[in-house]
Amino acid sequence: MISTDYYIILSAILFTIGALGVLIRRNPLVIFMSIELMLNAANLAFVAFGRSWEIAKGEAFFNGQIFVFFVIAVAAAEVAVGLALIVEIFKTKKNINIDEMNSLKG
Amino acid sequence: MHLSKTIISLAPWLVFAPLTGLLINLIFGRRFSEKTIGAVASLASGAAFVVSALLAYAVSINHGEVMRWRLAEWIHVGTLNLDWIFRIDSLSTTMMLVVSGVGTLIHIYAIGYMHEDVRFKHQEGRFARFFIFLNLFIAAMMILVSGDSYLMLFVGWEGVGLCSFLLIGFWFEMDTLGRPSWANSDAGNKAFIANRIGDFGFLIAAFLMFWNFGSLQFDQVFLGASSLSAINSPLTVAITLFLLLGVAGKSAQIPLYVWLPDAMAGPTPVSALIHAATMVTAGVYLVARSAPIYTTAPAAQYLVAMTGAITALFAATIAIGQYDIKKVLAYSTISQLGFMVAAVGMGAYVAGMFHLITHAFFKALLFLSAGSVILGLERGHHHKKESDDSRRRRSRDAERSHSLELFDPGDMRNMGGLRKSMPVTFWLYIVGTLALAGIFPFAGFWSKDEILLDARLHFPAVYWLLTIAAFFTAFYMGRQIWMVFFGESRTEAAAHAEESPRVMTVPLMVLAALSVLGGGLNLPFKGFHQLGHWLEYTLGKVESLPLDLTVAGVSTLLALTAIFVSWLLYGRTPLQAGQPDPLKKPLGFLFAGMENKWFVDEGYFAVIINPFKKLSQFLADVIDWRFWHDFVHDTLIVGTYNWLSTIALDRYADQKGIDAFANWLGTATHWISENVRKIQNGFVRSYALAVMLGVVVILGYLILK
Repeated sequence: MISTDYYIILSAILFTIGALGVLIRRNPLVIFMSIELMLNAANLAFVAFGRSWEIAKGEAFFNGQIFVFFVIAVAAAEVAVGLALIVEIFKTKKNINIDEMNSLKG
Repeated sequence: MHLSKTIISLAPWLVFAPLTGLLINLIFGRRFSEKTIGAVASLASGAAFVVSALLAYAVSINHGEVMRWRLAEWIHVGTLNLDWIFRIDSLSTTMMLVVSGVGTLIHIYAIGYMHEDVRFKHQEGRFARFFIFLNLFIAAMMILVSGDSYLMLFVGWEGVGLCSFLLIGFWFEMDTLGRPSWANSDAGNKAFIANRIGDFGFLIAAFLMFWNFGSLQFDQVFLGASSLSAINSPLTVAITLFLLLGVAGKSAQIPLYVWLPDAMAGPTPVSALIHAATMVTAGVYLVARSAPIYTTAPAAQYLVAMTGAITALFAATIAIGQYDIKKVLAYSTISQLGFMVAAVGMGAYVAGMFHLITHAFFKALLFLSAGSVILGLERGHHHKKESDDSRRRRSRDAERSHSLELFDPGDMRNMGGLRKSMPVTFWLYIVGTLALAGIFPFAGFWSKDEILLDARLHFPAVYWLLTIAAFFTAFYMGRQIWMVFFGESRTEAAAHAEESPRVMTVPLMVLAALSVLGGGLNLPFKGFHQLGHWLEYTLGKVESLPLDLTVAGVSTLLALTAIFVSWLLYGRTPLQAGQPDPLKKPLGFLFAGMENKWFVDEGYFAVIINPFKKLSQFLADVIDWRFWHDFVHDTLIVGTYNWLSTIALDRYADQKGIDAFANWLGTATHWISENVRKIQNGFVRSYALAVMLGVVVILGYLILK
C-alpha cells in the first residue's frame, strides 16, 4: 500500500510546476493549463488526505472526495469565463499576449 | 384720653392730605382752572394744618405725653426694626403747625404770584406743576417732623431736598431774568450737591448710632447716648459733629451755606416757604430733637454754637453789599439760621425754636412782600412797554423779544419810591423789617433777645458775635427799606409799579399780624414762657430766663442806631439812578468783599471745585483715556491679543503647526500613493508573483514560528 507522503510529494511537485507555469508563461491558454495543474494538485492532496483519514479512523467519510468535485466544478466554470474573456480580448486586440493586457494599473 | 386716641388716628393725614391734593392736581390739573388748582393745593395744605392743630390739642390734653401712631411696617432686617410711626409730641406738633400754617398762607399767596409769574415768563401750563411740587414739599416736611426715628426723619430730609431742587429749578430753562440759560437749573444742582455733602454727614451719624446703640428710634438712641457715662465721649462727639455737617448742609451754615443765595433762582413763594420758613429750619429741628445726645457732648455743642454765631455774623456782612432784594433776604436768612443754630448749640432749645417760629413768620412775610415788589415792578415794566408798543405798533413777536430785554425787577437799584405806588406792600415790609431787626415789641425782638440772653449767660463769645450780627441785620434791612420804598423812582418801571392783588396781600397781612404778635408765644415774664413750658414736655426742664434789660436795651439801641446810620447813608440823600452805593467809597475793599460775598464761591471754585474738575479731567484724560483706554486696553490687551492671534496663533501655531501638519499629511499621502501605485503595474504575472511570494512568506512564518 502506497504511503500518503508520496501523494503529497507528487501533489507539491504538480503545484510547483503549475505555479511556475503561471509566473513564467505569457500565453493565457498555457496559464490556464497551469492553473488547472495547481487545482488538480490540490485535488490530489484532498483525495490523499481523505484516504489517510479513512484509514486512520477505519470508516469512510468522503469529505475530501466530495470537495474535489466542488473544485472540479469551480474550475470548469472558471475556465468557461476565462476562455470567454480571452476570446473577447483577442477580438479587440488581435493578440492574447498576457503582458499586453496591462491597462488596469495605478 | 378717648378723644386724644381719636385725634391721633388722624396723624397719617399730615402726609396724606397734601398727597391727596398733589394727586388731584396731577391727574386733573390740565382741566382745572388756575383758581381751582390753587384752591385744591391750599385746602390740602390747610387740612394738614387742621390736623396739626388737633394733634397739638391732643398733646396738651395728654399733658405732653409722647404719642405714637404706627401706620405701617417698614424695615425689619436683622436687628434693625423700623416702622412708619408718627411721633406726636410738643416739639413735633410745634414744627407741624409752623410748616402747615405758614405753608398754607404761602400756597394762597402763590395762587396770585404764580399767575403773574407764569404770564411774565410766557410759560403757560406750569401752574399745576408748581402746586404739585408745593404739596409734595408739605408732605415731605411732615414726614421729616413727624418721624419717630432718624431714618424716617432722613426720608423727609431727602424729600424736602428733592422738592427744593425741583422748585429752585422750576424755571429750569432760563435764568432769573427769563433769558434762555441753564443758570436756574445750575442753582438747583448746586443746592442738591451742597446738601449731598451734609446728607453724607447725617448718614454717617445714623450709621454710628445704629452701630453703637443698635437702633435708630429716637428714644432708644437717646437711652444709649445717656448710658455712656463719660462726658464728651468720642462716640457722641463724632455723632453730633456728623449731624452738624448735616445741619450745615440743610440749614445753610458755614461752610455749606453757599447754595442758599443761589436758591433764590426759584419763584419767590418757594424762597419764602422752603428757603426761609420751613425746610432750612430742619437742621435746627434736628439739633433740638437730638438734644439728649448733644447735652452729653458739650464740646460739640460749643462747635455748633460757634458755627451758628460765625455764620450769623458772616452772612450779615454779605447782606449789606447785595443789590438783589431777594439776595439780601437770602443772606439774612442764613444769618438768622445762624442765630437759631447758635441757640440750639448752646442748649437753649426753646430760644432756638422760638426764633425758628417767629423767623418763619417775619421772613416769610419779607420774602412774599419782596415777591410782591418784584411783581409790582414787572407790572410797571409791562405797563411802560405796552404804552411804548402801542405807539410803535410793533408785532406780537417783537413785543416778546422786547420783554426779554434786560430788566431786573429784583435789583434794588431799579426800585425807589415804591412807598406811594405800593402802600400795602410797603407797610407789610416795614412790619417784617422791624420784626427782623428786633425792635420792640415785634416778634423778632423777643426771640432774638432770648437767644442773646442765653449767650450772654453761657457763651460770651457767641453773645458778641450775635450782637454785632444783630446790628448788621438792622442796618441791611434799613438799607433795603430806604432803597426800595423811599426816594425817587430810579426807573420807569418803578414809577409805574402797581400794587398786588388781594389774594397776595391778605396772606401777607396774616403773616404781618403773626410777626407783630408772635412774641406773645414766649414772653419772658413770670407766668408766661408758654412755649418753654410746652416744649418742656419734650425737652425736659427748661431754664426760663426773665427779661434782662441790659441785653434787651443794648440790642434795641444797636438796632435803632443801625437804622439811623442806614437812614444817614441811604435815606437822607436817596440813591440816584446809576449812582454807586454810598458805602463803596468809605469802606473800599471791605465793601467789595461784601458785594462779592467775600469771594467764598470763587474760593470754593479755586480750592475745591476747579482742582476737583482738573482732577476729574486728569483722571478722565490721562488715567482713564490714555492709561486705561489707550495703554491698558488698546496697547496691552488688544496688542497682546493681536500678537497672540496674528503671530503666535496664526503665524506659528496655525500656519506652521496645524496647517503645516495638514499639508504634510497631504504631501506624504501623495508621495506614498505616487510610489505605491507603481506596484499596481497591470502585469498579471507580477501580481501572481506577489501572491506567490506572500504565500511563501506566510508559510515560512507558520513553519518557522
